[in-house]
Amino acid sequence: MLSQKERQLIQEELRHHEFKRGAVSEALMIVQDSRGWVSAEAISDVAEILGMTVEEVDGIATFYDLVYRSPVGKHVIMVCDSVSCYVTGEQALTEHLRKRLGVELGQTTADGLFTLLPVGCLGACDRGPALMVDGEIVENVTPERADEIIARCRKEPDAQTAHG
Amino acid sequence: MPRPLTAEIRPERTFLDIAAYESAGGYQGLRKALAADWKQVQQTVIASGLRGRGGAGFPTGQKWSFVPMDDMGGHRYVVVNADEKEPGTMKDRLLLEGNAHQLIEGTIITAWAIKADIAYIFLRREYTVAARHLQKAIAEASQKGYLGANILGTGWNLELRLHLSAGRYMCGEETGLLNALEGRRATPRNKPPFPQVSGLWGRPTIVNNVETLSNIPHILREGPEWYKSLSSSPDAGTKIFGVSGKVKNPGLWELPMGATLREIIFTHAGGMADGLKLRGLLPGGASTDFLSAEQLDVKMDFDSVAKAGSRLGTGTIVVLDDATCPVGMVLSLEKFFARESCGWCTPCREGLPWTARLLQALEEGKGEERDLEILEQHCKLLAPGRTFCALAPGAVEPLQSALRLFKDDFEAHVRQKRCPWK
Repeated sequence: MLSQKERQLIQEELRHHEFKRGAVSEALMIVQDSRGWVSAEAISDVAEILGMTVEEVDGIATFYDLVYRSPVGKHVIMVCDSVSCYVTGEQALTEHLRKRLGVELGQTTADGLFTLLPVGCLGACDRGPALMVDGEIVENVTPERADEIIARCRKEPDAQTAHG
Repeated sequence: MPRPLTAEIRPERTFLDIAAYESAGGYQGLRKALAADWKQVQQTVIASGLRGRGGAGFPTGQKWSFVPMDDMGGHRYVVVNADEKEPGTMKDRLLLEGNAHQLIEGTIITAWAIKADIAYIFLRREYTVAARHLQKAIAEASQKGYLGANILGTGWNLELRLHLSAGRYMCGEETGLLNALEGRRATPRNKPPFPQVSGLWGRPTIVNNVETLSNIPHILREGPEWYKSLSSSPDAGTKIFGVSGKVKNPGLWELPMGATLREIIFTHAGGMADGLKLRGLLPGGASTDFLSAEQLDVKMDFDSVAKAGSRLGTGTIVVLDDATCPVGMVLSLEKFFARESCGWCTPCREGLPWTARLLQALEEGKGEERDLEILEQHCKLLAPGRTFCALAPGAVEPLQSALRLFKDDFEAHVRQKRCPWK
């Protein structure tokens, strides 16, 4: 069941739409922002609120890169693997992250702290290679810089887990 | 040399507030537009010769003129395409972060020119700084009476909404974008009807790129003749050019339309990084044909780049150096396009992953002579007219030109049964 807060935020969003279904991607992100990912149950709840079928809403949820249909780690690290970053060292950076975190692209570490994903061009082409860490773009990322980012994430107290 | 689009952008792209924007002449173009009628605004933009900066280069004023203006009631929409995800592009991000008011003013003028009452900025969610700057700028503009009800006492209302998309290259395709706004998968729509006649929710809709609309306030304020005088080429105005790859000084510069590749890469980007040679380049983002290192005198305007065998596209150049494997570079491009294909039409959904698999095999030393023929075939099978939208034809542009320009490198991968660059 969606929480009261989630339902309220979706209702507020609906005020800016001529037709309910126009709010579907916002509704999915409202759910994800509050619980970290979008479950099948949440998909049906959103479908009911927006007067859409479950299949339509899931078709949209699975279409977007930034909607997670399964749980992700506390921190999501996305590696830009598009052409400018490829030329400036993306492969070495990806390799470094895979080894350091002990996961393949698309996987979450056993401690649930990190999910590693590829992402298309982040618009940081003149400052590659680039990462998106918990929704913020980080540029000119060397392997050392990547280690610092990982260390900083690890230091964050567990109590602050946003997606707990 | 005037740089109207970027003159006010600060280092680090800190937020340019409305006071700073207005003291540099901001919102004067809007005042001029509102003092004229919508028809005059359209004519001014047609006369300026502005062509779309999103890649296709369609004349902007002409696009607007297709909107039926007889008052039948119901909404008309303007949608700003700020879903920049073409690999190698990065120019709209500069304008969004550095001067949000300029885009908002351009959007309001455009809405006035087609009597729209709702405008959207369709922004990719990854551009978080841009989102924060736009939210602030929309609030400031509303407070000043440039947005909302009865704008500057004209009796005209405009609501501007910021839509944060959840990430997919296909949302940048004009009709895919409209489907996304309607809460559908961003698959392309048949044309005709064109969005100007039947767009968002079946209503007349203009979709324009961020850089295109950022030009509009200046055209209104300074006039079409001034705008044309900015350029020495047949295409009017300035353009944001960019260079990425292994050059000394990668970045973005606002230059007159028609600047040469040599000037952009060697004067502004400082030339190749130490010890490296230029082998080729994509002149306008990922979906444009490679040009060779011998074509540096090509002028970066729509017709000159087309004559040289490629497209101006987004005007952001990606450079290939002699220490980078061209096959690997093309693999990176095709992997992107294969992943981003929306799956709506079969040639794109099946063909692009096939090209990516063949290129991957070449890189792993498992490629065969015949694979090069299959890659050639795909360039024809995914050519314009064979797929539903322009994504797949764009995807095979760098592939077809790479197969020609870097033939020896492709063959070496087959012959040596490995990537010679590894």
